[in-house]
Amino acid sequence: MQHKVIDLNDVVIRFAGDSGDGMQLTGSLFADMSAIYGNSLATFPDYPAEIRAPHGTVSGVSGFQVHIGSEHVSTPGDLCDLLVAMNPAALYSNAKWCKRNAMILVDSDAFDEAGLRRAGFKTDNPFVELGVEDRTLVVAPITTLTEESLKDSGMDTKAIRKCKNMFTLGMACYIYDRPLDYLYEYLERKFSKKHPEVIEPNKKVLRDGFNYAANLQMIADTYHVAPAKPKKGKYRNISGNQATAWGLLAASEKSGLPLFCGSYPITPATGILEELAIHKSLGAKTLQAEDEIAGICTAIGASYAGNLAVTTTSGPGLSLKSEALGLAVMAELPLVVVDVQRAGPSTGMPTKTEQTDLDQALYGRNGECPIPIVAAHSPSNCFDAAFNAAKIAMEHMTPVLLLSEGFLGNGSEPWLIPSMKDYPAINPPFATNLPEDGKFKPFARDPETLVRKWAIPGQKGFEHRVGGLEKNHDGVLSTDPANHALMVAEREAKVQKIADFIPTLEVDGPAKGKLLVVGWGGTYGHILSAVHELREAGTDVSFAHFDYICPVPRNTAEVFGNFEKILVCELNSGQFANYLRGLYPDSDFRKFNKVQGQPFLVSELVEAIKEEL
Amino acid sequence: MSTLSFKDFKSDQEVRWCPGCGDHAVLAALQRALPQVSQALGYEKERYVVVSGIGCSSRLPYYMDTFGFHSIHGRATAVSTGIKVANPNLTVWQVCGDGDALAIGGNHFIHAIRRNIDINILLFNNQIYGLTKGQYSPTSKFGAITKTSPYGTVEHPFNPGSLVLGAKGTFFARSLDVELKLNEEIMKAAALHDGTSVMEMLTNCVIFNDGAHKDISDPATRADRTIVLRHGEKMIFGRNRDKGLVLDGLGLKVVTIGENGVTEDDILTHDAHCRSVGVHMMLAEMKYPDFPVALGIIRDVKDVTYDDGVRDQVKDVMLKSKIHSVDDLLNSGSTWEVE
Repeated sequence: MQHKVIDLNDVVIRFAGDSGDGMQLTGSLFADMSAIYGNSLATFPDYPAEIRAPHGTVSGVSGFQVHIGSEHVSTPGDLCDLLVAMNPAALYSNAKWCKRNAMILVDSDAFDEAGLRRAGFKTDNPFVELGVEDRTLVVAPITTLTEESLKDSGMDTKAIRKCKNMFTLGMACYIYDRPLDYLYEYLERKFSKKHPEVIEPNKKVLRDGFNYAANLQMIADTYHVAPAKPKKGKYRNISGNQATAWGLLAASEKSGLPLFCGSYPITPATGILEELAIHKSLGAKTLQAEDEIAGICTAIGASYAGNLAVTTTSGPGLSLKSEALGLAVMAELPLVVVDVQRAGPSTGMPTKTEQTDLDQALYGRNGECPIPIVAAHSPSNCFDAAFNAAKIAMEHMTPVLLLSEGFLGNGSEPWLIPSMKDYPAINPPFATNLPEDGKFKPFARDPETLVRKWAIPGQKGFEHRVGGLEKNHDGVLSTDPANHALMVAEREAKVQKIADFIPTLEVDGPAKGKLLVVGWGGTYGHILSAVHELREAGTDVSFAHFDYICPVPRNTAEVFGNFEKILVCELNSGQFANYLRGLYPDSDFRKFNKVQGQPFLVSELVEAIKEEL
Repeated sequence: MSTLSFKDFKSDQEVRWCPGCGDHAVLAALQRALPQVSQALGYEKERYVVVSGIGCSSRLPYYMDTFGFHSIHGRATAVSTGIKVANPNLTVWQVCGDGDALAIGGNHFIHAIRRNIDINILLFNNQIYGLTKGQYSPTSKFGAITKTSPYGTVEHPFNPGSLVLGAKGTFFARSLDVELKLNEEIMKAAALHDGTSVMEMLTNCVIFNDGAHKDISDPATRADRTIVLRHGEKMIFGRNRDKGLVLDGLGLKVVTIGENGVTEDDILTHDAHCRSVGVHMMLAEMKYPDFPVALGIIRDVKDVTYDDGVRDQVKDVMLKSKIHSVDDLLNSGSTWEVE
């Protein structure tokens, strides 16, 4: 057979297996290797909530999709070119993500009678049953080959079987023309100190997988995705949760205030707490609280004591924090609350992504209780979003909600490493002078911004009390009707005035036209890809993405006024669209929604946009 | 350093507790104790933060001319924890009620104690919900008749002392609102103790639970029905100082000195610093009429504190780490150059 190397612009690979098969690691390694090679990429881990669901069942399938390209890649891809399925259940639940011309690589050792039944197959030919028999099927006895490869390694059978993901990765490296050097370096770096004995066996199994694929007559062609031509500079891979943690640390450094994070572990937000716990060398203090409420309340205490205070959570945790959020609004203390959204309601689907907490973020508190909302739009953008949320919180003396998503938190992408000298200073409104009567007035406001001064315990002469009860500007308790009306209005106006300090809304494409597509948060890459695809095909369509949801950018009305229709695309039933309708009743809003716990597909967005044109 | 007096700790706000409420006396004791604490430890007034939850007693921060935080129901302990961890130089005094700390805030309460964070908790125990006008609390006596238990409660109350000791508490004291001098003494000792100091103040709610503690608070019989424990002193009580506590098998027993050959030497000596909670637990659980109710400092043992641990770990990692700025962090680990 004649072997060809075919050049491709981009490729999507989906690794799927049992949740103990190491698919997240395999996928991450492939992504890291591609990033260093110079590809543009995006990743999407799609894993079950169970740590070890029953072996071989569909509920235990863990997937990791990686999209690599020689041009800019802004989504993890809709459908895959290669599906790696380590068992029948993985094939069962992932075959639907295969392109028409996809290759499917399976471990035939796992496709025995018992395995097929556990996955729910009724016949002995799973490919026919799923209607994918016409794809390129590579059926290889990966478990047996791995055992054969490592039989002289001195490792026990269980340990050897754990290496089958490396055998598969070796095969994928052959198919996509990736040299193994990076993986060798990774293994050496990772294991040289604690487990040097596993380095050589893993290298061997990778090499054997690579060679097996090369010798296998089933793989006719291999594929090459050339490096993208990104901006010059130093890059690293970063996940959204890591970027969020680092953005908060950056805000701590710029403000000169130590970072305090009080949090309770919750999927998919825990990574932020874990990341911050590492960086004590930057002065970060983390407190793993006894519950979600203690998470936010310790943070509120830390804020009162003069730290940059943070609490991190996901939807159900945000519900538990509602009352304390109101306290932070009332006490007018800086606080960043990160909500890495997941599919709800209630426990919902903890590992699946959604944008369904927007209403909760906007309205989920008692009384009139405005809180600024910032949303991150990509894994690396979580850094800037967290920095900006913290800056607003400290400079405007308010809690700020930062909305991330499971899709962003766990997803990763290459990132041109920024320099802190390019980030603005953060200047909290510290109280420095006492008024003439010698009494600090904790709720006296700046006439322009309506922001109060921040006096920190320990500051002589600034003794004052804050709390959840309504007070007047002097900080004295008050149930005076007029005072309450004034304070309610001022708290709202203070939040709205933040619009003077955030960037204006940008339009991608023509500034005027028939249709403006609108999104917020983690749908950015998908919508951008869909809109660009349509524009390249000659369709007149524009796109505006909201990083700031409350308040919205100052020019929003102006932007909306230039379009006949506005299509709001979001991963909920229309929460942002409904909010915008309230703000801009004269615009013609349409909705495109998806509430399946999965990100948009570019293809379905393209179809939805076409329908509005 | 200037010398502070109780007046320095009085705010200009009108105290709005009911006339006769036990909270007045505890406030007075605190305002008298803090100048003494300041004298002993060299603290300035701006170092104090008074934190509270929700309830009658939680109004107290408004009456103190210090930094103060009147938080939300049950969460004072979490707010205090955050303040102390964020800035260990601050001295945190927390005020909470029996409903506030032991019902809605029970979780935060036990976990602060478990962590042994250096805060001072004044637990006002009037065995009733006062601010909501008279419902039973987690410390109301079994069978208590209240607005929400018109036929009597059918649930067991908490003994705050055994809860604190069970949660690995390092400092527990109990007193009556009217014991002004003893309360000052307890508060000073609590301030000197590194770690969570819980002071249970048995307070009287004149409106909704008047006389809840009268069995032991009545001046005529108080000396016979309570015992004031002091470290290193014999466990002797009674108007005539003739009663005492001895070990009897695995429990305690009240004896009379001079009867059945009992001499003062037979009476137990209080050891508040004993690490074992065994005797402390028995003392905390003594109930009238079988025993005198223990007042004073029941337990005061040294242990590492959470806030010191957090601070030391940060210092330690700062010394060892190669990452000292966010730029260092951004450039750490695996990176690559695009030419």
